[in-house]
Amino acid sequence: MIKIDNLSKTFHTADGSVEALKNVSLDIADGDIFGIIGMSGAGKSTLVRCINLLERPDEGHVTIDGVDLGSLKKKQLRNIRRKVTMIFQGFHLLMQRTCLKNVCFPLELAGVSRADAQKRALQLLETVGLSDKANAYPSQLSGGQQQRVAIARALATDPKVLLCDEATSALDPNTTNSILELIKEINEKTGITVIVITHQMKVVEKICRHVAILDGGEVAEQGEVAEVFSRPHSEAAKRLVYPESDMPAVPSGGGRLLRVVFNGAQAANTPIITRMAVKRGIEASIVYASTKSIGSKAYGQMILGLPDSDNIVTAAIGYLSETKGITAEEVTGIDGRME
Amino acid sequence: MTGGWNELFAPDKVDEAWLIIQSQFPTAIWETVYVTLLSTLFAIIIGLPLGVLLVTGEKNGILPLPAWLMHTINVIINLLRSVPFLILMIMVFPLTRAIVGTVVGTEATVVPLVIAAFPFVARLTESSLREVNPNLIEMAQSMGASPLQIIAKVMIPESVPSLLSNATIAITTVLGYSAMSGILGGGGLGKIAINYGYYRYKDLIMMAAVILLIVLVQLFQTVGTKLAVHSDKRLK
Repeated sequence: MIKIDNLSKTFHTADGSVEALKNVSLDIADGDIFGIIGMSGAGKSTLVRCINLLERPDEGHVTIDGVDLGSLKKKQLRNIRRKVTMIFQGFHLLMQRTCLKNVCFPLELAGVSRADAQKRALQLLETVGLSDKANAYPSQLSGGQQQRVAIARALATDPKVLLCDEATSALDPNTTNSILELIKEINEKTGITVIVITHQMKVVEKICRHVAILDGGEVAEQGEVAEVFSRPHSEAAKRLVYPESDMPAVPSGGGRLLRVVFNGAQAANTPIITRMAVKRGIEASIVYASTKSIGSKAYGQMILGLPDSDNIVTAAIGYLSETKGITAEEVTGIDGRME
Repeated sequence: MTGGWNELFAPDKVDEAWLIIQSQFPTAIWETVYVTLLSTLFAIIIGLPLGVLLVTGEKNGILPLPAWLMHTINVIINLLRSVPFLILMIMVFPLTRAIVGTVVGTEATVVPLVIAAFPFVARLTESSLREVNPNLIEMAQSMGASPLQIIAKVMIPESVPSLLSNATIAITTVLGYSAMSGILGGGGLGKIAINYGYYRYKDLIMMAAVILLIVLVQLFQTVGTKLAVHSDKRLK
């Protein structure tokens, strides 16, 4: 269990001071995949660096399994860091070492014998699917492969927590997916707690169970991913969920608007809007839609335009809500700050 | 040169030069190489840790030292680097005498050469280590590396190619200094060039010595560059 309690951090530069974190509090359960999402400058990187004390908070505490990191001596802190490891956007592999030696690196630091370290490193390279690259140098690998080596390295000391600092931001979409799947797989196999720092919604949607939205150094909103993303309350969350560029103009005419949230509905292969038209005779126009299927389940949301009639609106809400995992509610306006 | 090509390459002069070359040069080449390598080695032994300190001891470094100490180290290095080598050689005569027992001869030049070269090596090391990606240092810290482990396992190994090419620069510079030391009692090719060539007007000997010095510089530079390129795993 990671407890982040009232963390504040201000950076003082020549141009004045920047409040990177303001009273940030989060509880992260063991085995969770916890996303911390925010625009650049929101304080994500500072927050993640406070979790392993690469950055010392001005105020507040980070407690891991009951141990307050701020109270630790240098040596104890170094030992904790073997249990809270990190992967980075730029991979940060040692370029003059082979992949195998890179994975051995944290083990060397911990004083593990060379033979044992190599054995463990080979296992880990196999876990990340790169056994054949053991003797290759990082410059010979693609970005995705380099990140896999970095993941193997981060797992070498058998950590309890893996911090991912924009770990997929430098990768193309396909590679991003495969890296995220690998992280998820490792989380499921080993029960390691994963903290994912990102500015990309899709990363959080794909692997996180819980999410905190960071905005201007403050936690704007936190909770289960499905909950936060389907019913964003805070301004910051709404900006992330409905990026302005994606937003439709408010339709002209006196229609009514219905928000339909798909939260794991078994509806991916069901033409639910068409069926509503056929079965109930309700003609809905799709004003906005952002849905995706994961497995056979649908996630995301749609805004439907309906004729200006209480009966039709009620009937439509009734019909849509019959399907498990779909909620429908009437909304009054869409301008990026919908409510 | 005291005359035209015919005079310079007159048979009796060529014969005389050839005799001197045969009898003196093998030892002289050996002395030059030996003094150069030995002095560079000592300069690295002192200069490398000092260069590390210059980087790690900074305010934001991994092993911050008091500002006054960093300032002192910097001033001493700059001072030693600004004294012309021959003046420095004279200035350290007392030290040379204390260490070697004499101020003349091959061994004796090692002392001023080391003192001239170690501040240079420290600066070269400093510039090599500054090239190391700071993210790698953060990575190592995030994995629980101690400052000494960061130096030994990240900073130095990651800058090996750069350190090797800078070591080559150091060797060729020391070689130049060692030749210069011939004027104040140092041994090797420099002494021969000055004693035979300059003082006794044996131009052929001077030319041969200078050509050999050029060849040695080329040799060191070629080998050093090859080693540096070969050691760099980023280029493959």
